[in-house]
Amino acid sequence: MSKDDIKEDRLDGWIYSKIVEDHFFNPRNVLLDDQKEGDFDAIGVIGSPACGDVMKVYLKIRDDIIMDFKWKTFGCASAIASTSVLSEMVVGKSIEEAYKIGARQIIEVLGGLPPKKIHCSIMGDRALRLAIDDYKERNRS
Amino acid sequence: MIYLDHASTTPVEKKVLDQMLPYFSEKFHNPSSLYAGALEARRAIEKSRKKIADFLNCSPDEIIFTSGGTESNNLAILGITQNLKFKGKPHIVTSAIEHPSVLNPCRELEKKGFEVSYVLPNSQGIVEATAISKLLKKSTVLVSLMYANNEVGTIQPVAQVGKIIKKFNKKNNCQIVFHTDACQAASYLDMNEKKLGVDLLTINGSKVYGPKGVGALFVKRGIDISPIIFGGGQEEGLRSGTLNTPLIVGLGAAIELINPKKTQKERLLRDLLIDGLLEISASRLNGSRLSRLANNVNISFDAVEGESAVLYLDRAGIACSTGSACSSKSLEPSHVLLSMGLSEERAHCSLRFTLGRKTTKMEICKTISEVKKTVEKLRKISAL
Repeated sequence: MSKDDIKEDRLDGWIYSKIVEDHFFNPRNVLLDDQKEGDFDAIGVIGSPACGDVMKVYLKIRDDIIMDFKWKTFGCASAIASTSVLSEMVVGKSIEEAYKIGARQIIEVLGGLPPKKIHCSIMGDRALRLAIDDYKERNRS
Repeated sequence: MIYLDHASTTPVEKKVLDQMLPYFSEKFHNPSSLYAGALEARRAIEKSRKKIADFLNCSPDEIIFTSGGTESNNLAILGITQNLKFKGKPHIVTSAIEHPSVLNPCRELEKKGFEVSYVLPNSQGIVEATAISKLLKKSTVLVSLMYANNEVGTIQPVAQVGKIIKKFNKKNNCQIVFHTDACQAASYLDMNEKKLGVDLLTINGSKVYGPKGVGALFVKRGIDISPIIFGGGQEEGLRSGTLNTPLIVGLGAAIELINPKKTQKERLLRDLLIDGLLEISASRLNGSRLSRLANNVNISFDAVEGESAVLYLDRAGIACSTGSACSSKSLEPSHVLLSMGLSEERAHCSLRFTLGRKTTKMEICKTISEVKKTVEKLRKISAL
């Protein structure tokens, strides 16, 4: 973690960046009510309720390209916002490209996170990698 | 904004502010000086001291002014244990649900060789008097038990513990000192120090519609306590520093306005809020419903993380708080909820609403409907 990861204080005093705020209040690509796990090609889950963060990532993959990314997150604003922003970052990417996305990239796109919230964003990319691992496992011939 | 975080701090009452204002620029003199202006400041301070003494049913010379609840608690705990004539390992009994300004001085003393027992509450958030009684021994020098808890509002059996300690002291020829942090209780409960049987009692301005940055410690006559701040020797040498006349006047004025009989409205609204929120599925009240401050509601909603809920409610114009780790400095969930035996998950999912004098029925109804919406939204995106 470098100093660049830490967002500058907002003048209105809110602890999160405008981008975090937007994704938190208007989350993108949340798993819809009528969608089932079976509709997806891969699933990744990380975190624990006791720690206060659980992220679930659902992928649809065609020819090793991520076509759809849906998610559900139990956690604080930065956990919700980082899964939401990640969902916009990976669609259209190959699984190899997506696998390389790290916490730093997520934090950058979010416009920074308060230092003690960095771990929340680290979880999103790990959930994604677990989902890709799950896909590879399922398609091993 | 609908403000439901009065346990965090209360607004200063207009009547209180009006009494404080002349002491900033007009009657600014140092109350320790000798000329007429200073005398006026001195009189205002003594008048305030008398108001607080009347409130606690004690004598004015038993009131020490401090900078707030944290300093009063530090003075009580560190001041009593500083110059002990006691030989061996001195023992302190406190509860696991105390405010950090009690717990952390105790932890400091542990580092210096004290033995400290942190008594767990029962699942209802109440520390049982018998649990404290069992721990008393000849090496016990201090018991510190809060009067009402700041997170779940549960009322602790202070008067009962006071009696137990008196009896123990008499029987064993000991001098265990009994302290209570009454910051949350002051507006709602009987504050007669004689009925409580305490030797030391903490109150502050910030929770009773007075100013922040001022508090008092009741020190029963005859209790041997040492200062923790050294300087010009104000407050009988127990608390050096130029007396802060406007804040002290504000504390006295705020205390004078307290009337526990007028809290019935808050109690009824609290019950309305509890019942309304418990209608939401998978919701549970944290802490005893019966032995609870008239203004406290603490509820967990399964699968809804507290910080997220607080921020959604803030956007809906409602100010409340949570015991979730995400909103704490330590990234640990509420020590109070955990010590009651609640799971970490349930602690992360807790919301606290604390009502105040001006809370209205309309505000409570709006809060219930906004919490319902928030819980619904966050459960929709929740992975649990």
